[in-house]
This record gives sequence, C-alpha cells and structure tokens, in this order.
Amino acid sequence: MALLEVRNLTKNFGGLTAVDRLDFEINEGEILGMIGPNGAGKTTVFNLISGIYPPDEGEIRLNGQSLLGLRPHSITEQGIGRTFQTIRLFRNLTVMENVMAGRHCRTRAGWLGAILQPKSQRLEEQSIREQAERHLQFMKLYEQRAELAKNLPYGDQRRLEIARALAIDPHLLILDEPAAGLNEQETNELMQSISQIRDSGITIFLIEHDMKVVMGISDRIIVLDNGKKIAEGAPAEVRDNPRVIEAYLGREE
Amino acid sequence: MDLIARWRKLDERYLYLALTILAVLFPWLVRSVRWTQVANFFFVYALLGLSLNIIVGYAGLFQLGHAAFYAVGAYTTAILSSRYNIPTFWLLPVAGLVSAVFAILISRPILHLRGDYLCIVTIGFGEIVRISLRNDASSLVFLSKIPGLQFLEEKLTGLVITGGPNGIFGINRPGILGFTFRQQWHYFYLFLAFVALTIFAMRRLENSRLGRAWTCVREDELAAEAMGIDTVRVKLLAFAIGAAWAGVAGNLYASWVTVIAPESFSFWESVIMFCIVVLGGTGSIPGVLVGTVGMIVLPEILREVLLNIQQWRMLIFGAAMISMMVFRPEGLWPSQRFRRELEAGD
Repeated sequence: MALLEVRNLTKNFGGLTAVDRLDFEINEGEILGMIGPNGAGKTTVFNLISGIYPPDEGEIRLNGQSLLGLRPHSITEQGIGRTFQTIRLFRNLTVMENVMAGRHCRTRAGWLGAILQPKSQRLEEQSIREQAERHLQFMKLYEQRAELAKNLPYGDQRRLEIARALAIDPHLLILDEPAAGLNEQETNELMQSISQIRDSGITIFLIEHDMKVVMGISDRIIVLDNGKKIAEGAPAEVRDNPRVIEAYLGREE
Repeated sequence: MDLIARWRKLDERYLYLALTILAVLFPWLVRSVRWTQVANFFFVYALLGLSLNIIVGYAGLFQLGHAAFYAVGAYTTAILSSRYNIPTFWLLPVAGLVSAVFAILISRPILHLRGDYLCIVTIGFGEIVRISLRNDASSLVFLSKIPGLQFLEEKLTGLVITGGPNGIFGINRPGILGFTFRQQWHYFYLFLAFVALTIFAMRRLENSRLGRAWTCVREDELAAEAMGIDTVRVKLLAFAIGAAWAGVAGNLYASWVTVIAPESFSFWESVIMFCIVVLGGTGSIPGVLVGTVGMIVLPEILREVLLNIQQWRMLIFGAAMISMMVFRPEGLWPSQRFRRELEAGD
C-alpha cells in the first residue's frame, strides 16, 4: 500500500494555480524525487503536505488517514519530517538543542514536571539527549554539538536540518533541495546519508535541482511543470521523456 | 568586557548564595522600617518581573497588560478574604488559578497576532480590566441586553463587588500556625521565600522541554510548528503560567497592603513591569532582579539623595533609562542567548 497518497491536489494563489489537480503516491521504503523548472510548484506541494498551506481541493492521506485540516505540528506528529529550502534552523540555539527540539513531539514532560523534576521527567530528558546525540553522530555533527547553529558552515547547517527532522522519528522524510549550495564532496556524502536513512526504514521524498543527485538516488521521479505532473517513472525513463526535455529546454521550433 | 561581564564568570551558585545571605540579614543591617518596605516592594515587582519574563523573555510575546493579571489575583484574594473571611494563604492557589484561566480566555483569540500588534491589544485588555474594576458591577450591565437576561439589570444595579474607585478594605493578613504577619520585616521574609522559590522554579523551567519549546517559538515560529511543537499550546502555556505567577504576586500584595484600588493596577504598572524585564535583560533571571533594582529601588534612593532637588528625580531617572537603551540595549544582565540575538540583528 502507498505510504502517502495525493489525489487531485489543487492550490491557487490569487489567480495563479500553483498546484493543479496533482495525483501521485509514495510507496513505503522508496526514494521518490520531484523535479521541475523554477516555479513549477514543487515547494508548494511540500507545504501542502506538511500542512503549512491548506489545499483548495484534493486529498492527502498518510497510511490511509487523511491529513486535511490538521495543523503542521500534528502532521509532524503523524510521522512526516521535513527540511526547508531556505535553511530554517533555530539559529541561536546550539546544534544539540536544535535536534533536542525535534524530540518535542515524542516526549511529554509539561510545566509541572519541569519544576518538580520527578524521576520520569529526568529519565525522559536523558533519553532526549541520547536520541539527539545518536542523530548528531549519524549526520557527523557530534563534534560540533556545542556550537551555535548559525556559526556552522553552510553544508553542516543543511545536515543539521536533516538531523533535526530525523529526531521526530518520521515514517516519511521530505527534503527540499538538500544539496543546494553544497560542493562536490559534500553532495556525495549527502547522497550516502540519504541512502542510509532509507535503509533504516524511512521513506524519502525529495525536491532536487542537482540532476546527478536526483537521478543517482531516486527509485522513481515525478516531474512537475506549471503545477501539473507531466511525467513519472524510473530516472532513465524520465530523462528521455520528450515532454520533460521540452519543459526544461523549451520546444524546438 | 566590563565589571559585569567578569562578574558573570563567577559560579552563579556562589552569587546566589551570597545574595541569599545578604538578603536574610537585610532587615538587621538596615534597621529601618522604610527600607524594609522598599525591599518588600522590590520583592513584589521581582515576582511580577519574573512572571512577565516567561511571556516576554522566554516565549517572545510582547505583552503590555500584565497589570491585569496582577489585578485579577489581588482582587480575587481581596473579595474572597474580606467577604468570606478565607485565610489569604488558602487563596494563593485560587488567585493563581483564576488569573491563569482569565489569561487563557483573553489570550487565546489574540495569540496569532505578532509583535507590536499583540502588544497593542494587551494594552487594551489591561485598561479594560482597570476600568471594569472602577465601574464595579455596572460594567456587567451590558449582559442584561441579552434576551432572557433582562432581570440582571435590576440585580446588578447598586451591587458592590469590587468597591469601585475606592477599592476593597479589610483584607485579612496572612497567618500560619497561629502566627500572623504584621510588621514589614515579617512580610520581608515571606516575600523573600516566594522570590527564592520562583527563581528556583524559573531556572528549572528555562532548561526543560517546555523552555526549549518557548525558545524555538521565539526564534522561528514556523520551523517550531513544522518540528512538531504545538505553538498555540506552548504560547498559551506561557500566558497561563506567567499570569498565574502574577496572580500569586497579586495575592501577596493584597494581603500585605490590606487595601487595594483600581489605580494600583494602571497601565503605568504594566509599563514598569515591562521595563524591569527589558532593562535588566530580556529572558534572564538575574537581569529581572537587576532591572527591579533599577525601576523600584533606584527611584527611592534618588528620593533620599536628592532631597533638595526633588523635582529632578524623574528627570534623572528618565535620562538614566535613555542612556541605558543607547549604550546597553541588551539590558544590564542579559541572558547569553538574547544577547546573541541582538548582536545578530535578528
């Protein structure tokens, strides 16, 4: 069964139809890539899935359960973690605190627990730290854990966003241009990390402009143009699809 | 950087220990009813500053109506104590709870407002509370316009609840195990204990799951929401906890002065509380204490020192405030985190 099902999804901004009757699904355990020219509506699709915008029409289902009408934090709690195209870390928190914030929706301690600090609260706090450390080690940020997020080099900030999203224990991880601004070596490391995340059982949906990345790691790709899906299939099929070439390069006169 | 910066490097525990010893000995050291009274004012405003610091400092919600929550706590205590003779200590949790519920009711509809807009609405709420207290039961007469509730008009006319502009007299003094608090120095120790308890609780809140969530909301609300933090709930909690603590401060104040009136909870009081938080260093507990010294104790010292030039007192105070904002915008004792935010300009 599909992990995420998107049916007839439509979003208008004023007179502009950013996403137009979009249908697709994400299968459990795959890496699905989404490509398309600038302004094709890719980030809007992400924002619709994560609940930041309400769709005008259509349906989004995770494991058969509708996500419509849920606020972003509940969608995250349902198991969809995300990163942002323009990095949105908590800049003045440390690297460690950023990832600990990702554990928020998986933990419970309230204000009274914070003040009285019963044993359960201390154990929970310790588990938050341990989990955060584990994710930092996985994304190779453990050494920098005491740094402020804003002082990290750009590539590390991108990785920290992924670590923070992993901390929420997602079923589905959506990555908005994770390789943007990374150099060759960083990009290769990133591809490796993404494959490892998938191997650990997390389904991945990513937008990426770097064709080498998208073609290299995706199991399937969907192509968006003007908010519509114009192609879908294995990387090689999509690459040779004339409609895709047209969307990217323009029609031959 | 300067003396304060070097001071900060001292282990904070020693600092708190030294301050506690100094505070415990204070009434003996000064041997003055007047200065003990000033110290009591310091404590009440320190409590108010610490409570507002949750809302303004931790969660980053600009709030200029904190006197309303203070008033709700004080009036709850005053009404129940003077009418039904309930011991004011029993009313401590009641005052906190009523303030918290009140805060949730009024802040829920306005939580989506940002920055200065929220600020303006809270000023409005603060004034509405003060004016309602002045107008007593007649401020509820509008309810009789609702069909089916016409009978209320007759019942509400002439009914005394808050005592109007005169306020409420005869609030019980607090007592415990047969001992009644009467002298200024009695209250001094009572308030000192409450401030110590509050600092203890605030430090724990700051470093908790909830404290982190508040910081995240202040830093980037959208990212916080996307990371699974229920931003509405977390902001509501900041208002509720901040208001509850202000309500407790209101209870203590009412049982100390035993007479309260609407003018004790004017807009100016909210401004003082806001200044205490900002002047000392937003989000910082020692900052709130330093800010309270600046806003409450310093004017009293000036009153003493400038005996011959009384009329200059507020002028000097104003000049001090302005130069503070010019030369030390992050506050006297800023929290590390807030200083960073200011330096980065975001």
